[in-house]
Amino acid sequence: MKKPESVIIELAPRFEVGAKSALQNTQLRRNMGKATQTIRGKRAAVVDELSDWESLRVAGQHIKDDVMQHLDTYLVQLEDAITRAGGHVHWAKDAHEANEIVTHLIQATGSKEIIKVKSLTTDEIRLNEALELAGITAIETDLAELIIQLAHEKSSHILVPAIHKNRSEIRALFQKSMNLPDLTDEPKELAAAARQFLREKFMSVRVATSGANFAIAETGSVCVVESEGNGRMCLTMPDVLISVMGIEKILPRWQDLGVFMQLLPRSSTGERMNPYTSIWTGVHADDGPQEFHLVLLDNGRSDVLADSVGRQTLHCIRCSACINVCPVYERTGGHAYGSVYPGPIGAILTPQLVGTAYADSLPYASSLCGACYDVCPVRINIPEVLVHLRGKVVAEKQTQLKSWFDGENIGMKAMATTFAHRSTYELAQQAGQLAQWPFVYEGYIEHGPGPLGKWTAMRDFPAIPPQSFRDWWRERQRDE
Amino acid sequence: MQVALFITCFNDTLFPDTGKSVVSIVERLGHQVIFPEEQTCCGQMHFNTGYQSEAMPLIRRFVEIFSQYEVIVSPSASCVGMVRDMYRFAAEVHQDAKLANEVALLADRVYEFSEFIVNRLGIQDVGAYYPHRVTYHPTCHSLRGIKVGDAPEQLLRAVRGIDYVPLNQSNECCGFGGTFAVKNADTSMAMLGDKIRHILDTRAEVCVAADNSCLMHIGGALHRQRSGVRIAHLAEILAVQE
Repeated sequence: MKKPESVIIELAPRFEVGAKSALQNTQLRRNMGKATQTIRGKRAAVVDELSDWESLRVAGQHIKDDVMQHLDTYLVQLEDAITRAGGHVHWAKDAHEANEIVTHLIQATGSKEIIKVKSLTTDEIRLNEALELAGITAIETDLAELIIQLAHEKSSHILVPAIHKNRSEIRALFQKSMNLPDLTDEPKELAAAARQFLREKFMSVRVATSGANFAIAETGSVCVVESEGNGRMCLTMPDVLISVMGIEKILPRWQDLGVFMQLLPRSSTGERMNPYTSIWTGVHADDGPQEFHLVLLDNGRSDVLADSVGRQTLHCIRCSACINVCPVYERTGGHAYGSVYPGPIGAILTPQLVGTAYADSLPYASSLCGACYDVCPVRINIPEVLVHLRGKVVAEKQTQLKSWFDGENIGMKAMATTFAHRSTYELAQQAGQLAQWPFVYEGYIEHGPGPLGKWTAMRDFPAIPPQSFRDWWRERQRDE
Repeated sequence: MQVALFITCFNDTLFPDTGKSVVSIVERLGHQVIFPEEQTCCGQMHFNTGYQSEAMPLIRRFVEIFSQYEVIVSPSASCVGMVRDMYRFAAEVHQDAKLANEVALLADRVYEFSEFIVNRLGIQDVGAYYPHRVTYHPTCHSLRGIKVGDAPEQLLRAVRGIDYVPLNQSNECCGFGGTFAVKNADTSMAMLGDKIRHILDTRAEVCVAADNSCLMHIGGALHRQRSGVRIAHLAEILAVQE
């Protein structure tokens, strides 16, 4: 089994434990509720504008299905195309290998600093920490990434990592870390402070790293989609550019971008089109970085690909629509998921990347309400994958001796045996009607025994009526 | 028409009045109800909690019992969703081709109560009279799972004497989610808290839905808070006459 420390999990407590403390943070609840509801509304409005939205989703799904079927072919095609265009391609089987490759490439330039385009993949492999050990400082240039880097916090959202912070909290952070005591909480002023701080870096640092939203196999082009233009700075100003990309981000043809450039901005920021889309193919004399490296990262993805149900998880284009619409995420925030990937997509991706044994609470961090599936631009059936992963968690648990003492396992098995025959089922109904009497008060159970206590700790439970439906039916048949 | 009632173990045991109401409405509309007494549980709780090998015999058992009926109606959107969508998935992951075939033949014949009345029978007015202020919570499985659309609201709006008030942010989950309600009780309650707030804002006396499971969760908190608002399955409203 894989070791989780090389991957993405922060080894946080179980989801329900992290959630419990997050739920008590009233400021977080307010910030998250406001932000997710705003972005949800924006997305719904721009999606409703398109009469062919459902066809676009199906097209996106089919392109990704094809990518997963022929991933090996497309990856080699991409490598050839990039190499022909003067770039270099590196293959990394896990986080450790990827970090080593990037570190060596930076060391070869002699630079002690790099500027970074916002990138989940480099967060996943914890590139910044690996570089720090090698004496290299990574500067996040995305405003929200910069905020959490300055605050020494972890991201709580894949698109807006500082979604859990409001502007007065950001003001206090900038006042302290940028030494700007007179800063107000006007968004314009906060952005200007970050801009001033970052401009100096754009002008001086010679090496940049990025992730990639898409890479086109037939042309060898790599694409980054962003809002601020800070990414564009990093992609064009330095001498050396190193991009780290998960192997599943590939698209076969140039024209496929036409589908995804409609799906992604509307799903993620709720915009018809994002402000900055950068696409580059290898290197060009006197224009942009003169050295380009693409690191192709596996880090558990091949295992996900091997699972016929879980495979669709790799369709994800990291838009965050599922996160923004999730009623669980809206209330707990992202940190409870203990991963770079929170929300519904995180609940299915993280356990598959690190192994269900290391993240066995995440598939249960959902009420299976299905809102995520409805908004997913590539139609990932998240509830179905969650149920599939729950099956894996239980199957793994049942191979262990301790499952014999696990209350849930014992109860579930007993109930399955009871439901297997009409006679035992009816007997259990009658037993329930009789056994409940010490706990029933005015038709309700307010303090239930055993497992029922977990329910009645927070809600009343209706008493079992003296006559079941089937008893009534039989009585009626007799009377007729 | 002969209608086989899939009561669900949950309604059979805890909410028999819902079943009685379904019987009275279907009979009132001139159809015959059959109750296959061998039925127990569809296996949803086991399957959705991850106990797949325990659920599979229950799934096969259900298919065996109900395959002989032409029209099957159930007052539970989530159990209908289990049969219509998850049985296919279960047969697929357990590579049971025989079951997959049987499920494909059965799935389209299983109706949730409101979609049976509105979509299959083409009726909105079932002759009900209910002089109360009522709001309606579309459960996730009825709204996004089996997609009953506005069938329940069409039925409610046709009730004489009713004071129907729409629910704010109605399409958001109440936080029940089966075993989610106990495994993630804190998050479940945080979701329920907001749902309760919206229900109380309507000033309704009764909160109605197409699933008693979600209603048990909502009603459990309404009762704990002594809120003066009660829950009722849609069928129980429609069964009441002048």
